Amino acid sequence: MTATIPSAAGGAAARVHTSPAADPLDGPLAALAAAPWAAPGGAAAWPATPAPGSISIRAVSCFYGSHLAVADVSLEIPGRAVTAFIGPSGCGKSTLLRSINRMHEFIPGARAHGTIELDGVDLNAKGVDPVAVRSKIGMVFQKPNPFPAMSIRDNVLAGLIIRGERPPRAAADDLVEKSLRRAHLWEEVKDRLKKPGDSLSGGQQQRLCIARAVAVEPHVVLMDEPCSALDPISTLAIEELMRDLARDYTVVVVTHNMAQANRISDVTAFFSLAKAGQPGRLVESGPTADLFTAPQVAATRDYIEGRFG
Amino acid sequence: MAPVLAAPKPALPPTGDTPGGGGAGERAFSWGVRSAAIAVAAILVGVLAFLTIRGGPSMFAGAGDLPARATSFFQLAGPLAFGSLWVAAIALAFATLPAVGVALAATVYAPSPRFGRFLGAVLDLLAAVPSVVFGLWGLMVLAPLMTPVYGWLHDHLAFLPFFSGEPSVTGRTALTAGMVVGVMILPIMAAICRESFALTPPALMEAATALGATRWEMVRTAVLPTARSGIVAGGMLALGRALGETMAVAMVLSATPFLISFNVISPENPATIAAFIASAFPESAGRQVDALIGLGLVLFAISLLASIAGRRVARKAVAR
Amino acid sequence: MSATVLAHDADRSASCGGGVADVLASSRPRWGRRLRNRLALGAVVLAVAATAVPLASVIWESVRRGMARIDAELFSSSMWAVVGPGGGLLHALVGTLLITAATALIAIPLGLGAAIFLTEYGAEGRLASLTRRAVDIMVSIPSIVAGLAAYALFSLLLGPGTRSGLAGAVALAMIMIPVVVRSSEEVLRLVPQDLREAGLALGAARHKVIRRVVLPTALPGLTSGAVLGVARIVGETAPLLLVAGFTDAMNYNLADGRMTTLPVFIYTQWSAKGLDTAAYDERAWAGALVLMAVVVALQLAARHLPAQIAKLRRNR
Repeated sequence: MTATIPSAAGGAAARVHTSPAADPLDGPLAALAAAPWAAPGGAAAWPATPAPGSISIRAVSCFYGSHLAVADVSLEIPGRAVTAFIGPSGCGKSTLLRSINRMHEFIPGARAHGTIELDGVDLNAKGVDPVAVRSKIGMVFQKPNPFPAMSIRDNVLAGLIIRGERPPRAAADDLVEKSLRRAHLWEEVKDRLKKPGDSLSGGQQQRLCIARAVAVEPHVVLMDEPCSALDPISTLAIEELMRDLARDYTVVVVTHNMAQANRISDVTAFFSLAKAGQPGRLVESGPTADLFTAPQVAATRDYIEGRFG
Repeated sequence: MAPVLAAPKPALPPTGDTPGGGGAGERAFSWGVRSAAIAVAAILVGVLAFLTIRGGPSMFAGAGDLPARATSFFQLAGPLAFGSLWVAAIALAFATLPAVGVALAATVYAPSPRFGRFLGAVLDLLAAVPSVVFGLWGLMVLAPLMTPVYGWLHDHLAFLPFFSGEPSVTGRTALTAGMVVGVMILPIMAAICRESFALTPPALMEAATALGATRWEMVRTAVLPTARSGIVAGGMLALGRALGETMAVAMVLSATPFLISFNVISPENPATIAAFIASAFPESAGRQVDALIGLGLVLFAISLLASIAGRRVARKAVAR
Repeated sequence: MSATVLAHDADRSASCGGGVADVLASSRPRWGRRLRNRLALGAVVLAVAATAVPLASVIWESVRRGMARIDAELFSSSMWAVVGPGGGLLHALVGTLLITAATALIAIPLGLGAAIFLTEYGAEGRLASLTRRAVDIMVSIPSIVAGLAAYALFSLLLGPGTRSGLAGAVALAMIMIPVVVRSSEEVLRLVPQDLREAGLALGAARHKVIRRVVLPTALPGLTSGAVLGVARIVGETAPLLLVAGFTDAMNYNLADGRMTTLPVFIYTQWSAKGLDTAAYDERAWAGALVLMAVVVALQLAARHLPAQIAKLRRNR
């Protein structure tokens, strides 16, 4: 595992600060980035060179118990770009997405085989703490899920609060503002940061969840159908935000909405399954423009043209 | 009150037992809650062990080692078990119809959801009245109120074994004790009935109404049949509670050990296990205490059977 | 016209046929069915009365018979050396407070811990089903049997005939633990799985998500469950009679000597009367009134605390 990693110790801390603008949160965030990543004594660290936050998925299969849900997927996800997973229901897009930050481990009986690397580091290697994986690969869910017991401000800081870290007040204020600005929410909530997180509208809640996810400075943000519970106007706001986020982060989004995939993504991966109960497979992937204008596989064309099922 | 009919299976997908990572803190915390769960199970095992070790041998004890000058454990336990079941049966006879009725009033017959909630609060409060207060009330309020009724019952219905013999002048009879315990178990039964009435599919009720049924016909054809096992389960669980009731019975009932009698208005009444333990305990020592612990074991077994039966029926009610 | 038709529409028999006039004529159910419907309604009203009247009577009698002794002396003195009128229940109030607090201190951590295990860790494992079964059985332990078990335990540890407030608390904890486990488990299950996932996806360990997301979110419900658990044991008499005994004097030491609680005070005022029986009866009813007030307060707290906590949060 260490063989693939060109950089030396200190790379972990360095990586975080590639995000633009001066980072006022040197203290807590640097600590976050450096501390829990590898097992004590392990040499794993983030390399400096390839596009940050690029993910390579190699021969990954996901199981629920003995049921094969996703079979043998290999896919390169470029860093700092939007990658869309499209395909019919039940084809395993969300399952694959969850296995990227090891969230599938909380589903009883769920397993994933194969290799998933983030910037060359094997996420399932021995000694890699899944908790640290999740702090580098954030997630936004289908339904907006702000913490109802926390204020808007605390929701943004939730990553730090839950981990029990207490940044100095000024630094925390800066982080809240920066994250909310990044989530295009600051102007709407700056006067009511003390209100509970669930007092916002659905679209605002989803942007709050995005602010919460980016506040822990991940390299990657996974989004599982983030707009499916929202109205068209909120959806538009989130789409705009996703484009914007791709300047700093790798964004992977699962969507049922092909027009949305076409609008926002740089790369599209089309998944499908032969019939219900069969495992989902990656049919085709490539630059979005190419995939939508000149699909290589008949199944992709049928799906894009709406002839599927 | 915690719903009894609620499915024991988790409502949400469990987080499972997978290693979620997190290092030493996570191990310490999960170990902590795991040992709490083990402790809860261990407490029950401990209770059973203590009762059996101390009380078990007394089942073979002879005269001198038993309270109330009994000559054998079963000479004592038999009539007491009868008394417990007898008083509980009277309580159930008094509580069943009102419990079903008040549960209907809180659900199907409720003029508004607010009325339903109000009745729920009344039931919760009734369930929360301490048994010693009910004992005082039964003894000093209900019993004097009932003595004329007992006189009348004796005068007119003495041909029934329940009302033969001289009636009690104090009113501290099996009937009074049964009524008091009945009031105490009413909210328990009503809560379970209410839950099972709430499980009736609304479509079924609408279908009955659309066929031209009156409200009562709708209740009889749509609500009661679907809730039948819920009602039975409520009765069983309430029975378990009635069997274990101690203070109210100890205070209200004027009891005579070793007595088996179906007369419910007599000054001499069978004693119950729980009340006998409470009243004999301060005067007992050594082996006699062991015999009381043995009686406790018998009581535990009886009320456990009742509640296991109740829970079985309740599970079936949910599964259906 | 249409109003009456609609009113009776619901009651109309399904079998009526013929023209509109016939339908309207036969739309009222026959008198036998109407009567049965009325009788059923009457029975339901009676059932409500059968529930409400005893409760009202208990409350009314406690006030009527106990009010005379609701005075300063009642709350400021014990029964030490009192054989006639006067005296008070301060010793019983102190005993109730101490024993209830000790019980809660045993039962809430154990019960909540077990509930966290059941919802967050165990779910379908073997230990979980064992614990659930144990809780099911513990619910049906008669309270006097819990007293006997605590007596057996403490007489084994400290010799026969021992009485202490702590032994009472142990007995009451056996009754309270299953209540806390059940209510907490139910409340924890109501915390949406989404929130756990959101917390985990932020890169926090599971125990931190439980402590900082799940428990705070469930806090209103957990509080109300714990208060109901306290309400369940604060009125217990029988087990305390066995293991905590009773005394007329103050006792501030849980670990040593007999300790009286409110329910036991009520019972002994009735069972061990002196010559002036009226004074004892009055004290018993005054004790009942105080105990009822405590129970009602706990019920109200359990009902309104959740909303209050949520409100506090909103205005923070």
